[in-house]
Amino acid sequence: MTWLSQPATDTQITHRSRLWLYAVAIVVMIFLVIPTLLVVPMSFSASQYLEFPPRKWSFRWYEAYFNSAAWMQATATSLKAGLLTALVATPFATMAAYGLHTSRFKHVNWIWMLLLTPMVVPVILIGIGVFYAYVKLKLVNTLLGLVLAHCMLAIPVVMLVVGSALKSYDMDQERVARSLGASPVYAFWSVTLPQIKFSVVSGAVLAFLTSFDEIIVALFVSGGDNSTLTRNMFNALRDQVDPTIAAISTLIVLITSVLLILTQYIGQPKSD
Amino acid sequence: MNELPNALALKRADSIERLWLLGLVTPAMVLIVVTMVLPVGWLFYLSLLSDTGAYTTEHYVRMWEQPSYMRTFRATFEVSIMTTAICLVIGYPLAYFLSELPKRAANLCMIAVLLPLWTSLLVRTYAWLVLLQRKGLINNWAIELGLWNEPIALVHNMLGTLIGTVHVMLPFLILPLYSSMRAIDRNYLRAAANLGASPLKTFWSVFFPLALPGMATGALIVFILCLGFYVTPAVLGGGKVIMVSSRIANDIEIFFNWGAASALGVVLLAMTAVLIWIFTRLLKISNPMNQVVKA
Amino acid sequence: MKNASLPISIEKITKKYGSTYALDHVDLEIRSGEFLTLLGPSGSGKTTLLTVLAGFTRPDGGSVRFGEAEMVCVPPHQRDVGMVFQNYALFPHMTVAENVAYPLKIRGVKGLQAQERVERSLEMVRLGGYGKRGIDQLSGGQKQRVALARAMVFEPRIMLMDEPLSALDKQLREHMQIELRQLHEKLGMTTVYVTHDQREALTMSDRIAVINFGKIMQLDTPRAIYERPLNKFVAEFIGESTFVPVQFEKGIARFSNFAFKTLLNDSRHGSALLMLRPERLKVLGEQEHLNAEFNEFSAQLVHVVYQGDSSLLEVKLPNEAVVQVRMTSIELQNHQNLLPGALLRIAVSIQDTVVLSAEGGTS
Repeated sequence: MTWLSQPATDTQITHRSRLWLYAVAIVVMIFLVIPTLLVVPMSFSASQYLEFPPRKWSFRWYEAYFNSAAWMQATATSLKAGLLTALVATPFATMAAYGLHTSRFKHVNWIWMLLLTPMVVPVILIGIGVFYAYVKLKLVNTLLGLVLAHCMLAIPVVMLVVGSALKSYDMDQERVARSLGASPVYAFWSVTLPQIKFSVVSGAVLAFLTSFDEIIVALFVSGGDNSTLTRNMFNALRDQVDPTIAAISTLIVLITSVLLILTQYIGQPKSD
Repeated sequence: MNELPNALALKRADSIERLWLLGLVTPAMVLIVVTMVLPVGWLFYLSLLSDTGAYTTEHYVRMWEQPSYMRTFRATFEVSIMTTAICLVIGYPLAYFLSELPKRAANLCMIAVLLPLWTSLLVRTYAWLVLLQRKGLINNWAIELGLWNEPIALVHNMLGTLIGTVHVMLPFLILPLYSSMRAIDRNYLRAAANLGASPLKTFWSVFFPLALPGMATGALIVFILCLGFYVTPAVLGGGKVIMVSSRIANDIEIFFNWGAASALGVVLLAMTAVLIWIFTRLLKISNPMNQVVKA
Repeated sequence: MKNASLPISIEKITKKYGSTYALDHVDLEIRSGEFLTLLGPSGSGKTTLLTVLAGFTRPDGGSVRFGEAEMVCVPPHQRDVGMVFQNYALFPHMTVAENVAYPLKIRGVKGLQAQERVERSLEMVRLGGYGKRGIDQLSGGQKQRVALARAMVFEPRIMLMDEPLSALDKQLREHMQIELRQLHEKLGMTTVYVTHDQREALTMSDRIAVINFGKIMQLDTPRAIYERPLNKFVAEFIGESTFVPVQFEKGIARFSNFAFKTLLNDSRHGSALLMLRPERLKVLGEQEHLNAEFNEFSAQLVHVVYQGDSSLLEVKLPNEAVVQVRMTSIELQNHQNLLPGALLRIAVSIQDTVVLSAEGGTS
């Protein structure tokens, strides 16, 4: 265990004297990860009651999920809403981020703040506000209403990701392209977009997840046939602890992890 | 200036270009104004109406007078302050540890922070419910291991709420804090050591102040998110911990009292805005969100 | 074959930021096929003028004509000029050949014809066969040459270059200066070149426009700018110089008890500045005399600074003013008695006796 007496820093602090730090860090990391992962084995438990580790393994909760018309409908709604949100919010936000980045307008920062407000305003307030407006506009329990609201929540997220990519992008590339004869639109399309495409894709994934995971606005505004997966899960949670939720949760964790790995590692050709 | 040749044509070309660029921003702006600014603005208006439609300040006055509102605000602040404090205490060492790791190892360990962040809030809340219930995993294990004999109420109370909320909020603290720590030039620490400072003194006099912006940003984000937090306290608090957001939801769903709910929402928004304003004044950070994105 | 180049006519171009003039009513006529350098310190406006020519900066007013056509309101992608940037700005997601082919593709030239022109362009910058390489496989000098090839492939009649060599190391830079000059002579397009390096400007240009504070301080051939600067700024910016305050009257510049003949025979009189370039001053030997074509003065040696290929002598005039004299190694060997305090006789040709007005303006 000579490693313990090796210095860990320039200031010659040994690893041994820092063991407490390592212990705390590892405990906290476990705290962060374990609960999320616990739902996985539980979803395979044959019993109605929660057990860990499960005594008997079974797929019954997955079967319950896939066989339930209600759950399937909700899942379809959530997927549709997520995809539509990604499809609409990503171009809107990318255009906005690009427009604000290249504009020499003096008050660009004010517009940035306006477009970021959905992140700052408490979601519950947005939820009831949108609900109220939708009642008047007869958009309650419609997919259109849900997607519009989710786009509003997703746009700031995508703008931050794309905006950050544009900040570290060399705009001279576009200027060169234009000096070579490319119109502003073609220059963006052929030169800038290919170079920020990883961020745009990341933004789209985040937009999808923002919509897919969204609870509060969905709680107020999606219902009936257009109830989302999250809304149904939330209501189920309040009533009783149904192990079907464990199965659904596992699937969600799986999808999220895959998307996370894709955007974190494949998206970056060189590590920063 | 106008005696210059082409001055007018140039001005016109400039205006056209500006309009184009602003045009790019328009779809997003319209969407956000229509779906958020207008409805929330409408709520402001509603908060000043009574059930009969007359102009009144009764909703705000009631908040001041009725003790139940004070309890709600107190509970909300309690949860927010305690969550922020706990996150700081357990998050700081982890962030420090990560910032000292070589880049690749740090990115790998960062998954531990990012995975809960990206995982659905409901999934995480459900997981804690399962862990903390009377017949949940922790109680079952503890009894089996002989730690205690009777199931303890770990959930549907403040304790459960705090555990769940801390778990959700921790990544929001760690990311900006980590980013700040990573950016500290190690030469400062070497210089301090060279000048005679002990490791502890180096930490407090050099490292801690330099990491402060990230720490403050993270704490602010956590605190503001806690103020308006709904899902986790609602599920894990079991009706015993009523925060402002739960109250708003109840006012709408159960009582259909738009005036009261709106007023409460306006107050919540005002608290959030004041906090942000104070914060940006104190630390002169124009966009705290940039810190999160950097990570 | 179409005309290889166009003249550029710049009239009253003005650009103001707040209360500062980036460009102050600039007038400039650039001849067809000329290699003109815009030379000045950073912030002088030289890059702004170039971007106005390219169309990236919109001036507040003025006129820019390429040949007969008014261009000032025309957007950059319709101006048909070639441009090379300081940081190359090559497209990293394309190969070398795709980069060079980019302007051709936009102009509708594709397939075999495009390939041939790309290869020809690459050969001209001595990178023939490099087409398939990725951008990250190139060195700095190679990248700059690809940028050049890309800017030339569509045969523009005007070429704009914004400090293209400043990111290269010294040896490569000097080599590229010669190459650029050769390319210009071969292709013949009007070239506007921006740099802050006076040596580069002197090496490459047909004419130099020295710019400061958004105004052209002097427009002339390299030789004229070096030997006949019109004002203190140009004199200081190019080459080494020492200034001595003098009284000027009837073509004679007086200081201490010396009277210098100059080539000026106008009627101005009053305070002025005498400009002396260290390398134009000659320390005379004991018995040496020069004819009437030279002005002579004496000064006391303060010290000698050895600088390798030459040495710099600091001498003090009777009126305490300090002048610098540059001496080659050979001259240093031939002179004995170069000790501090020694009295030296120094000569300068009348041609090199330059008098400028006392303020920064033109005399």
